[in-house]
Amino acid sequence: MKLDPAIRDQVLGTVPSLRAFAISLCGNIDRADDLVQETLLRALSHIDSFEPGTNMPAWLFTILRNLFRSEYRKRRREVEDADGRYADTLKSHPEQTGRVEFEEFRTALAKLPSDQREALILVGASGFSYEDAASICGCAVGTIKSRVNRARTRLADLLAIDNVDDFGPDRATRAVLAGGGR
Amino acid sequence: MGERGKNDEMKHRKTNFETVSSDHEKAETEAPHMQDPMGRPTTPPNKPHARLGREVQARIGQQLRAMYDDVVNQGVPDNIQDLMRRLGDQDKN
Repeated sequence: MKLDPAIRDQVLGTVPSLRAFAISLCGNIDRADDLVQETLLRALSHIDSFEPGTNMPAWLFTILRNLFRSEYRKRRREVEDADGRYADTLKSHPEQTGRVEFEEFRTALAKLPSDQREALILVGASGFSYEDAASICGCAVGTIKSRVNRARTRLADLLAIDNVDDFGPDRATRAVLAGGGR
Repeated sequence: MGERGKNDEMKHRKTNFETVSSDHEKAETEAPHMQDPMGRPTTPPNKPHARLGREVQARIGQQLRAMYDDVVNQGVPDNIQDLMRRLGDQDKN
């Protein structure tokens, strides 16, 4: 195996984001780190199929997602409801998923269907274009857009931040706008 | 040429969330509740709602990125650095 140092730097440069994505998929840091390692081994053993100059992050994210999905399929017999299990994981091991200050948001995120959560993370946090996210998930661009929109609407409901009172500083402006219909 | 490609990419990244917001807004505009049962135009009451929608979406975006970046800022864990170093050493042998 011959590994170009430039390629290796690109791979290493993607690891932090790849890890954040893995944690969002697994809901467990240890499992996520295993998944990242597995992804890197897989990627480097197939490095010839990577075209230099193309999108390294998208390539690695695709491999990681496929590994996660095939692992999930293997476990499906023991786990009927993946999303329910994901939420349970968060409940029983909150310390494994990261800092407490994000717990409320993380819990809400865990209640989303996995395809919506994944689309939202890829576009909203990893910074992929809709096109790249669609290619990573193996679906149409329109599907990604609709998943992202549904995820955001549902999150707003779950976090109850559609409540007007959550936006304190702007209350006077809102009162004016609300009265403006008369 | 290379610079143009770079600019395009940056523009692309930056517009991700704006696109989401405008999609969301469009969905709201097209929603059936635009119809006023009394037969009057309903534009003014809908306006603050659409505006709030953008604020909510911006807030979700911020929280999402804060949570994600918290992990990103941890950098590359030692075991993965070791793994990559081992693979690099294999090349030389």
